[in-house]
Amino acid sequence: MKKLALIVAILCGAILIFATSEFPEWGDPKAPANLHVSPHYIKYSVKETGVPNIVTSVLADYRGFDTMFETTVIFCAGLSCFLLLRIFNEQTEEQGVYYRHMPTGIVIHFKRDDVDIRDKDFELIDSKLVPYDLIIKTVGRVMIPFIQIFGLYVIAHGDFSPGGGFQGGVILAASIILLAITFNLKTAISKINEKTLGVLSALGVFIYAGIGCLCLLLKGHFLDYGKLAKILPVGPIKARALGMLGVEIGVGIAVMAVMIIIYINIASEGKHHEGL
Amino acid sequence: MWILDLIILALIIVCAVGAITIKDLLGTAILLGAYSFMMCVLWAIMGAVDVAFTEASVGAGVSTVFFVAAIFRTTRRTRD
Amino acid sequence: MEALLKEIVGKYNYWLYIVLMMIGLYAMIAKNNLIKKLVGMNIFQTAIILFYISIGYKKGGTLPIIIMPHHHHEIPPEAIDVSKYINPLPHVLMLTAIVVSVATFGVALAIALKIYKEYNTLEEDEIRMRIRER
Repeated sequence: MKKLALIVAILCGAILIFATSEFPEWGDPKAPANLHVSPHYIKYSVKETGVPNIVTSVLADYRGFDTMFETTVIFCAGLSCFLLLRIFNEQTEEQGVYYRHMPTGIVIHFKRDDVDIRDKDFELIDSKLVPYDLIIKTVGRVMIPFIQIFGLYVIAHGDFSPGGGFQGGVILAASIILLAITFNLKTAISKINEKTLGVLSALGVFIYAGIGCLCLLLKGHFLDYGKLAKILPVGPIKARALGMLGVEIGVGIAVMAVMIIIYINIASEGKHHEGL
Repeated sequence: MWILDLIILALIIVCAVGAITIKDLLGTAILLGAYSFMMCVLWAIMGAVDVAFTEASVGAGVSTVFFVAAIFRTTRRTRD
Repeated sequence: MEALLKEIVGKYNYWLYIVLMMIGLYAMIAKNNLIKKLVGMNIFQTAIILFYISIGYKKGGTLPIIIMPHHHHEIPPEAIDVSKYINPLPHVLMLTAIVVSVATFGVALAIALKIYKEYNTLEEDEIRMRIRER
């Protein structure tokens, strides 16, 4: 099997290398890939949409359909992860809960699952006997708000600097995953519970398609942001920039919710009781 | 600066070959994270800053965490 | 001989990208462990993205963000020199490809978890044996 795979890979590689003899020189400004559509985008991006970052303006305005279906693909991935792994009522064995008494360091194991004595002195830990890490908890507690502010900054400044909806959404999700790793999974779930995550992931796609339908109601084409100038007090060029901002916010919300859903379901095998 | 490009490409190929040869799945996860990060640096050199930003946050961040979480729930050893 | 040398110097980077793609393809076909196959798929996808990004590069070009002079909100389209900015179209297509690749990776890891829970192994030939014995 391995020899057959090696022969197939070498044959495929040889065919592709033979095909590169037709390529233009690397970095040539007159190559055919650079001549047909992209000069229009480079020249007219600021004049027609008012946004200097050409990648964001092409992604959210000129080719907005593709981005809408990509958001739908992310939503479907989150949904299928939830449907594959989630187990709701498993009562095969009673594992019990572990609590650590902070001043002395003693770990207490209760055999029942529904004991809750969390307060200043008792702390819930996962059942794999996690050691007590003051440094990790304190550093995590300091860094998480700054990571969230940075994520919001990246979403909002997608028009003028590298960034946009996807990157900001992933950074926001990374802050909640950091919370779940430094503390435990139940703390993270108590901050954002499962129902909120489901609603948020659908809300992101809904915002995107909703802005498109709003343009349809204002007698334009689908996702034609210029017609939003009828209800917003700005000119048609600025309305396109504002439509792009709204769409990026929708994408960011959807990506954040789906990344958190996938992490929680993989790290706890669907039972939502303990994590990494 | 074609020397820089060549060095980073050589590192990428070494990381890729190492990631599929190691018998320990945790080493594979770390090497995959290093491979993603080297790709991000190469794209930033070529001027694709948006793509490099996305790959740094998604490939070297969240994807490595998913991989380690999946290994935690299954086994860590592999036979080949 | 000189034409061959000129060809090598002009196109060696494309050949290195094709070597990377073939490493990923070999890992997907030949490895026995399910997670190694997933790693091969990830390597293949990022190698293809690298190939596309290298097509849009222009020598002497800068980032695809228009440099606006201070306190101006408008630039006439004639003042922008197209050959000074690199081509932004492959970047846009590859942004979608990266995000789809991470979504596929997440779902594939979920399926691998379910397979492990059912058959208690992740090697492909052992799984086939256990299916036949059922």
